[in-house]
Amino acid sequence: MPDGSFSHPQERQFNPYTENGGTILAIAGADFSVVAGDTRQSEGYSIQTRYAPKVFRLTDRAVLAVNGFAADGNMFVKKVKQRLEWYRHAHAKDMPLRAIARLIQTMLYAQRFFPYYVYNILGGIEEDGTGAVYSFDPVGSYEREACRAAGAAQALVQPFLDNQIYFKNQQAPVGSSHPVHLPLQDVLSIVIDSFTSATERHIEVGDGLEIYVIVAKGRSPQGLESIRNVQELSTNPEGDRVFVIRRELKKD
Amino acid sequence: MSWGRPRNDAVDMFNTYPLNQRAQHGHAHDNFAEGVQRTQQPIVTGTSVLAIKYKDGIMMAADTLASYGSLARFKNIQRLHAVGDTTVIGASGDMSDFQYLQGLLDELVTDEFTAGDGNALAPHEVHEYLARVLYARRSKMNPLWNALLVGGVRDGAPFLGYVDLLGTTYQASTLATGYGAHIALPLLRQAVETREDSLPEDEARRILTESMRVLFYRDARSLNKFQIAKVTAAGVDISEPIVLDTHWSFAEGIRGYGAQTQ
Amino acid sequence: MFRNTYDSDNTVFSPQGRLHQVEYALEAVKQGSAAVGLRSKTHAILLALKRSTGELASYQQKMYRIDDHVGVAIAGLTSDARVLSNFMRQQAMSSRMVFNRPIPVNRLVSSIADKAQVNTQEYGRRPYGVGFLVIGGDKTGPHLYEFSPSGNSYEYYAMSIGARSQSAKTYLEKHYEKFMDCNLEELIRHGLHALRETLQQDKELTIHNTSIGIIGPAGEHEKAVPPEGPFRILEGEPIDVYLKTMVPKESADAPAQPPAAAAPAGQEDPVPAAGDDADVQMTED
Repeated sequence: MPDGSFSHPQERQFNPYTENGGTILAIAGADFSVVAGDTRQSEGYSIQTRYAPKVFRLTDRAVLAVNGFAADGNMFVKKVKQRLEWYRHAHAKDMPLRAIARLIQTMLYAQRFFPYYVYNILGGIEEDGTGAVYSFDPVGSYEREACRAAGAAQALVQPFLDNQIYFKNQQAPVGSSHPVHLPLQDVLSIVIDSFTSATERHIEVGDGLEIYVIVAKGRSPQGLESIRNVQELSTNPEGDRVFVIRRELKKD
Repeated sequence: MSWGRPRNDAVDMFNTYPLNQRAQHGHAHDNFAEGVQRTQQPIVTGTSVLAIKYKDGIMMAADTLASYGSLARFKNIQRLHAVGDTTVIGASGDMSDFQYLQGLLDELVTDEFTAGDGNALAPHEVHEYLARVLYARRSKMNPLWNALLVGGVRDGAPFLGYVDLLGTTYQASTLATGYGAHIALPLLRQAVETREDSLPEDEARRILTESMRVLFYRDARSLNKFQIAKVTAAGVDISEPIVLDTHWSFAEGIRGYGAQTQ
Repeated sequence: MFRNTYDSDNTVFSPQGRLHQVEYALEAVKQGSAAVGLRSKTHAILLALKRSTGELASYQQKMYRIDDHVGVAIAGLTSDARVLSNFMRQQAMSSRMVFNRPIPVNRLVSSIADKAQVNTQEYGRRPYGVGFLVIGGDKTGPHLYEFSPSGNSYEYYAMSIGARSQSAKTYLEKHYEKFMDCNLEELIRHGLHALRETLQQDKELTIHNTSIGIIGPAGEHEKAVPPEGPFRILEGEPIDVYLKTMVPKESADAPAQPPAAAAPAGQEDPVPAAGDDADVQMTED
């Protein structure tokens, strides 16, 4: 109203959510899986920190990326980790990937009416040795896919992956067909290009990049060791192995 | 609706309802529930807190003003608080919520001291604890309306962390809350980043002092009186209030500052 | 059946100032097969003798992992042990959730000792029928604690609990001064020698009836141990290499050998031989 009064009662409520930017993605190979995320954390136009991890090793064969409201994301990862610890206590082994996926769906749906405002992508190796990616919405809908991007730059990255991984809008040369799975080196190139491009075009993406690579038991890491800034995180070199590659992204 | 009724119908102590109706009125509904208030906005507030890492540890600064809206209500309030011998926290936002947190932390420090087993809380553990408390309260839709900086040194490793009313956390070598995040943080980043391990104490102090001066010039809810806390291997040291001399003569000819002639 | 009139209720002192129910609970610990714990400057280890009720049965679990930095070995009622070790796991996880810190081991042990104490004082309760050896690692190095149903907990250089544990204690008392500078392999050998003392005449330690729990950096026979040296349990084939290092009992000149006459089992431990108590109502390990 022009006189400064209000014709309707005004409701001002505490908003328990915020959005902390950043982007994550994961791609499954035949016998490996790659999960990546940038490390910038922001709120509005402010960069809060240039290093806040969004990708977490859960077991020697499972890696979880979380994106959205950072406080919910960190809490959710902590709770998943503690559930996995109880599983270890009870069964003296790590939970299989597909079971972790279902666990995450259950934990998310349990908060259906006060959701974790978080998009989850789970990557790793199944019990049959295949690379897998599971993606979730905030209330627990999930499916197994070959690739998925989420977060601030999802709209920029997902179409690129559709084209490069699923070969959407690409015609295979006559007499040949598109490959079902790409080799690790190609996947890594696609991941890095996705993030450098997203950094150029999206203000909430940048600073640093963490790429987790999970390689199936007994399979070759396909030249992974020779990449610079690679670090192995797995405890047992005989089983499924987890590596992380750290790179810089533009900080402007 | 509640006139003449008991406060809580769950028991129906005064036989307000006949027996056959009690079940439907028997929900544990409090007739005065609407009278219970949760914090929906801060009341008496503190403005920015700044913190940086430097050669010997961390340094943190906050002015001594607690405002009531635009009124500079309390001009000698300490917003830096030591937690044990290794940690300091600085608070912006609601001062009563901060005092409640001080109470929680003091209790915690007493418990740790009583255990007497040499396992006193480290800075990152205090930070985690505050994050859990603030996140739990936001999840009850009853937030503690603060943005806190936690800093300290333990076993030679400096720590700086942020946590706010939503439970959002992060760590960096330069931190600022409130207006400071917009006005002072770029200055701090430029002066400190990549030099965390070599920055001498007097320069760290100068950087913070200059940033507090800029904030006083630009933030209408700030004061030219502030304290600096320093945490090193030797422990926590919170300074006496420092008063800045400020100059406004430049404002004479600037439209919007002095008395306008037209 | 009753020792005297002050038996039935643990809240009543006998005229001698004793709580008989609590003392019977300590007896329950002695019924379980033995566990041995010892530590050096770098490692804390547990060794336990697993019992099986017969050819058709598997061996009963004697060790539980509580967290990366804590593990326990038990003697007494397995069911009580599960309740207590689950409680310890909860405490450990809650410390990580709230403070992001591994729970200080002494506080963890005190927390179960406090629980046990309540059972010695409140009406209508019974004491736990299980004793623990707890090993843990923190900034001040490796630790070993004993917990018992009486609500006591003490820290030790070396300790043993369970059936015929006095024989193991005699061995440990004779050798403990050497433990601090031992490497992992030597420490395990001492532990095995101590544990061997608790065996019946015709029995010996095998890869089937022995468990070894370790906290500390990887030993020379261990593979795939993270650098922090978290708690791990060795069972089956991997412990064969350690069993082989044991000095045969007969050779009296062996350095790590206790005197032949050491603590005749049964004198301090009026416990029936392991095989004889197979008919007790509750499983005891």
